[in-house]
Amino acid sequence: MMTERIVITGMGIVCPLSHDVESLWQALLAGKSGAAKTAIFDASTFPTTFGAEVKDYHIAEHTANPRLHEYSNRGSGFVIGATAQACKQAAIDIETDQPADGIDRTRLGIYLGAGEGSVDNDVFFGAIAAGWDAENDEMDWGKWAEIAFGRMHPMRELEQEPNMPAAHIAMLTGARGPTRSCLTACAASTQAVGEATMLIRKGDADVIIAGGAHSMIHPLGVTGFNRLTALSTRNDSPETASRPFTASRDGFVLGEGAAILILESLTSAKKRGAEILAEVIGYGSSSDAFRVTDMHEDGRGAAQAINAALADAGISYKDVDYINTHGTSTAENDSIETKAIKAAFKEEAKNTPVSSVKSMLGHLIGAAGAAELITCVLAMRDSIVPPTMNLHDPDPQLDLDYVPNEPREIPVNIAMNESFGFGGQNNVVIIKRYEE
Amino acid sequence: MDSARVVITGLGAVTPLGLTVDDTWAGLCTGKVGIETITAFDPVGFDCKLAGQVPDYKIRNHLPKSLRKAIKLMSRDIELSIIAAGEALAHAGLVTKSIDPENINVDPERIAINLGAGLISCDLVELGPAVAASLTDGKFDIRKWGKEGLEQVTPLWLLKYLPNMLACHVGIIHDIQGPSNTITCAEAAAHLAIAEAAQIIARRASDIALAGGAEAKVNPIVMIRQCLLKRATSQNNDDPASACRPFDADAKGSVFGEAAGVVILENLENAEKRNARIYAEVVGIGQSNNINPVYEHVEPDGKGTQIAIEKAMADAQIQPEDLDLVVPHGTGIPGDDLAEATAIQAALGDAAAEIPVWPTKSMLSNTGAAGGAVDIIAAVCAMNEGKIPAAVNCDTKADGCNLNITGEPRDTKIRYALSCSYTYGGQTAAVVLKRPD
Repeated sequence: MMTERIVITGMGIVCPLSHDVESLWQALLAGKSGAAKTAIFDASTFPTTFGAEVKDYHIAEHTANPRLHEYSNRGSGFVIGATAQACKQAAIDIETDQPADGIDRTRLGIYLGAGEGSVDNDVFFGAIAAGWDAENDEMDWGKWAEIAFGRMHPMRELEQEPNMPAAHIAMLTGARGPTRSCLTACAASTQAVGEATMLIRKGDADVIIAGGAHSMIHPLGVTGFNRLTALSTRNDSPETASRPFTASRDGFVLGEGAAILILESLTSAKKRGAEILAEVIGYGSSSDAFRVTDMHEDGRGAAQAINAALADAGISYKDVDYINTHGTSTAENDSIETKAIKAAFKEEAKNTPVSSVKSMLGHLIGAAGAAELITCVLAMRDSIVPPTMNLHDPDPQLDLDYVPNEPREIPVNIAMNESFGFGGQNNVVIIKRYEE
Repeated sequence: MDSARVVITGLGAVTPLGLTVDDTWAGLCTGKVGIETITAFDPVGFDCKLAGQVPDYKIRNHLPKSLRKAIKLMSRDIELSIIAAGEALAHAGLVTKSIDPENINVDPERIAINLGAGLISCDLVELGPAVAASLTDGKFDIRKWGKEGLEQVTPLWLLKYLPNMLACHVGIIHDIQGPSNTITCAEAAAHLAIAEAAQIIARRASDIALAGGAEAKVNPIVMIRQCLLKRATSQNNDDPASACRPFDADAKGSVFGEAAGVVILENLENAEKRNARIYAEVVGIGQSNNINPVYEHVEPDGKGTQIAIEKAMADAQIQPEDLDLVVPHGTGIPGDDLAEATAIQAALGDAAAEIPVWPTKSMLSNTGAAGGAVDIIAAVCAMNEGKIPAAVNCDTKADGCNLNITGEPRDTKIRYALSCSYTYGGQTAAVVLKRPD
């Protein structure tokens, strides 16, 4: 039985550096940073006062029917723009009621690594403030309820559910195929792409709109990450704060955005005459089963996922030309990821260029994997790998070729994208330059 | 390489009817209703004062001593999933590191986990002091929060509320090193998690998987959403047992609750090799979307549910008349129930009038990301005992709901059963089970 080959036929992105794929690529090759002082809310007194925000995004510029998405959370809003771009490139008709794009809607699915929305800060905190009886250390639920019921908006509340971005895509595209949304933290959209590939291989869908959407740049999100000491606090220099693999790295830069890739069976792509951007050849997934707070110290799970992806692709580590790392700029990730790459790539580890675009884009959390996979497709297309920026003081323990500070022209036939999430979630996707 | 066949070899559940599968099944068989006035918090101001609440438990009793320090990192959703996972593994005769480190009979790299989880709501009481420290003139001041209030939030706070932490804690406890995913599709999450885990085994990426879902909806933040969206019934506060009435003409809304359900899915060859008891086979999966511009309601013809059911039957290679049981989503929300009934009737055609339909939420409440798993477990129990318990609170079927729902228990051979679910976000799922010969 011939296994169906899976290809990428469209891409779209809304991120801190751009609202489209080509502008993102130009920015990455120029080493630009998307980080700046936080504007979405007043973070001026937080331990971290900056982030990588999407700027000046207007959903009306990306869809003819913005009212449909009126209450969408930030992630849902971004994913509409990213999906519209990707569908356009893939010639998937989302404009007309009777689309003539050769795609059976019951075989058009959706798979996102998507995050929750954000609370309405005024109401959320206001209700607690009204209800909290500090003298007795307890909540007066009557007072809490008065504010909450009086001021919470039902649709705004519904839009906090993490499956809403997928719902918005279904409304935008009429997709009636298999639809899932997952949230394995920072690995989510790599997992989404991987599992979506498996759904098409199995024959449950011909096309899947896959990727991620997330924004945690809000008081509770920044609070949570700051309390974990996961975020950089280099407030005097937002643009250089994300500095993976350096001695002075102090945490990740929180970003936001949405990234979409159209995954399609080769049979369907050929039938439709769709443009083929790359082929997805491998996916591997594993868990550390170690600690909720830390990765396994030897990178055991990460190496396992890499090896599983290589096995699924039927290739050797020697065949990989470029690794897009998770590279968050945390002390722990960058060390352990380096160990995992060394374990899996053995004698080739130091010869394989690896870089972190988080140095420029920031960390898009649930959307990170898909956004970074898009950069792998572009690296392959243009035979140039993006740099790890801000790499001026390498950590002496970390001695791989991180492509410091300048993009590098090299042929890229096979690229690997790896993402590792809180709790020990390890997911790896491998793509290849398409040939008949 | 051919696909592996996927069977169910263990069951674990924690529901408003009990802390074990046996207790839940016994309750379902007697028509016991696990819905009561909310005691988990004071529902003053809430139009719906009812919920399905899990009986008291001590999570310490479900954890080896060495892992109990992790309890302070566990939201209630995580606790429920741990209890159900433990029961399922024991039921399947699987021994993991924490059950008995000397007699492990599984390969950690060959076990996967896939759980549905909800939007886990933070404990508001926990944030009380931090918010109180952030007031200026009695009003919340974000700048004061950043400077002073934030410091009072416990450092590992965020980790309690990440949805993937259910699978992570269970994975750490039982040393599960294979693929791990967390599906966040609300009420369809458990069916989708089970579907994906089945597909992981079918493609031989793992031999065994823990699959299901858990959600603890009985807290103010979650319950207020159901009230604001007018999903919860406000008419039955005086008579909790009658409150949730799927497909009934008097239905006024759903009642929400908490639960966890975990099944052990296994490669048939693996199960046979270790002489495991096989409870059912997963033979069909179907998925789709409900699409409605007014998306706080299900589309009136339930098209997305219809497509999921049809695909699941096609995947199972059966005809509607082959089905012996349908466990629907059936929430008690009139418009949604009608849409689902329309979908079931469209998908099953003439057979729809004959096939027993048994909604469970009247007894179990609407448990969000746990629902599909608990329903599949109920279907498996029914299948193995040859018995469909009575439907409860469906005294007069609503107009348009022409389904074979009865208030009498039925002794009947069940060869094929179908369970389905859908969400407001639109995802739909259906799973077909077959009784082993």
